[in-house]
Amino acid sequence: MKKEDFLSLLILVFFVVLLPVISGNTYTLTVGIFSGINALVAIGLCILMGYAGQVSLGQAGFYGIGAYVSSILSVHMGFPVVISTILAMGISAIAAVILAVPALRLKGHYLAVATLGFGEIIYIILNEWGPGGPSGFGDIPHFGFFGYAIDSTQGYFYLIWGIVAVIMFFSINLIQSRTGRALRAIHDSEMACNAMGLNVTAIKIKVFILSAVYASLAGSLYAHYVTFISPSSFSLFYSILVLTMVIVGGISNLWGAIIGAVVITVLPELLRKFEELDVLVYGLILTLSLMFFRKGLVPILIDKIKKLRGFAFAKR
Amino acid sequence: MLSVKEIWKSFGGLIALRNISFDVEQGHIKALIGPNGAGKTTLLNIVSGIHQPDKGEVMFSGEKIIRLGPSRIARKGISRTFQHVELFGNMTVLENIMVGRYAKTKAGFFSSGFKFPSVMREEREIQRKSEEILNYINLGHRKDEVASNLPIGEQRILEIGRALATGPRLILLDEPAAGLNIKETRDLGEIIRKIRDELKITVVLVEHDMDLVMRISDSVTVLNFGEVIAEGTPLEIQKNPEVIVAYLGEEEEMQGGYSAHP
Repeated sequence: MKKEDFLSLLILVFFVVLLPVISGNTYTLTVGIFSGINALVAIGLCILMGYAGQVSLGQAGFYGIGAYVSSILSVHMGFPVVISTILAMGISAIAAVILAVPALRLKGHYLAVATLGFGEIIYIILNEWGPGGPSGFGDIPHFGFFGYAIDSTQGYFYLIWGIVAVIMFFSINLIQSRTGRALRAIHDSEMACNAMGLNVTAIKIKVFILSAVYASLAGSLYAHYVTFISPSSFSLFYSILVLTMVIVGGISNLWGAIIGAVVITVLPELLRKFEELDVLVYGLILTLSLMFFRKGLVPILIDKIKKLRGFAFAKR
Repeated sequence: MLSVKEIWKSFGGLIALRNISFDVEQGHIKALIGPNGAGKTTLLNIVSGIHQPDKGEVMFSGEKIIRLGPSRIARKGISRTFQHVELFGNMTVLENIMVGRYAKTKAGFFSSGFKFPSVMREEREIQRKSEEILNYINLGHRKDEVASNLPIGEQRILEIGRALATGPRLILLDEPAAGLNIKETRDLGEIIRKIRDELKITVVLVEHDMDLVMRISDSVTVLNFGEVIAEGTPLEIQKNPEVIVAYLGEEEEMQGGYSAHP
């Protein structure tokens, strides 16, 4: 792990520990929890799109599988929440393989449309066959370990951001490993990767599974936090929302996924004071940010820091 | 070590290769020459598994390889470069070589993500070996530059380095001197010879630069319109009347073309 990433990870942990201390109110923490859940999905999509160059508009599908499978297992079959969350991740992984084997032959827009179709299929299945149909179901148990349930907002905040930190640690290491290099190489030239003896299809399927498992985990965390789910949370709109997070934050940088998720989750809350104009202002900010920070917030920030450092050295 | 047997290949009715056969001996530098469109690159693509022939077989160390596909052929020990440079343009020079080590290493998703000690050891080994290769092809000073920023001559040499990183026994070079100036071509010739002499890697070279071909190759196969028209040592080829016709014929046309614009 590079020095900057280690430092960023420390800063992240510092903020996470500190936030409930400075601003203990439930509202702030709830927004923080949703930011963390979205960040998990965004990190997976960032690895898939930003590094491996494979587009997905179906992350809501895996998010939905995660939420529904673990809820059904824990409500109707009495599984402990942790176990049902892990089982849901397994089922998402299987779904990812079933989707990836045919879909990853496609490239660019075609892959985007195929994954979009997958997301819609899951959405329709949840509507038709999910418990409660379109109106969803509730009474989903909270997360708990060894009989001790986490039901305070603060506990949940720590749980979710703890998981984000671990996933981030894992993902940064992965990106900087042999596998990460292979992903970026596939992005640049699949033909050359084949000629170097990389099994391109297998690598693509694995990274697809990884992003699906992250989304599934986030879905389970969501379901067991809000304790009520309905299909509308897992529509195409959510896939697009995550895509927006990744792009606004900066698709070529994992930290962009976290920053993007926080910005996109917090922004509508900050815009409440514009009342009925909030959606308009939200759209305006997104458009402007994409016009002026095309590379995304984090890469722009890095460029600025590098420039400042350059000045500092020049003065010396 | 490599033997191409009665290969036929057509693209939608256009026959690109008719009944091509030739052998490459262990430790040789074999040049494939011929006018544009003679089928040289198609042949390399068949040997490296990118294309499938309609008929015929390719044997590598006594093993049939044509149905294996490019990635498995590469793992058998055949590496290559491309006519249109196919570097990983957004990655650094060193990282390009490091990707070449992929098939020789094995750290998985899980162990990489949690940084197992074995992964760290392997990563250091990849780094060491890659830097060694980079110094071997005289690109050590470019290590941290983004590959697409290198001049074309160095990009072509980097492609050779990346191919070397896979630990090949046979390396296919597709017009490595295209777009290079005289000095760069000379350096390239040195490196090709060095990898044959010191690393004992057999080389198949598709090239238009006759000077380079005649200087470094041990045997030459000439293709014209998808057929082998001559085979032999560089000296024999230079004297072969059919080869002279094939090349001079092309040259005459060119002169005719120029005369239209005084």
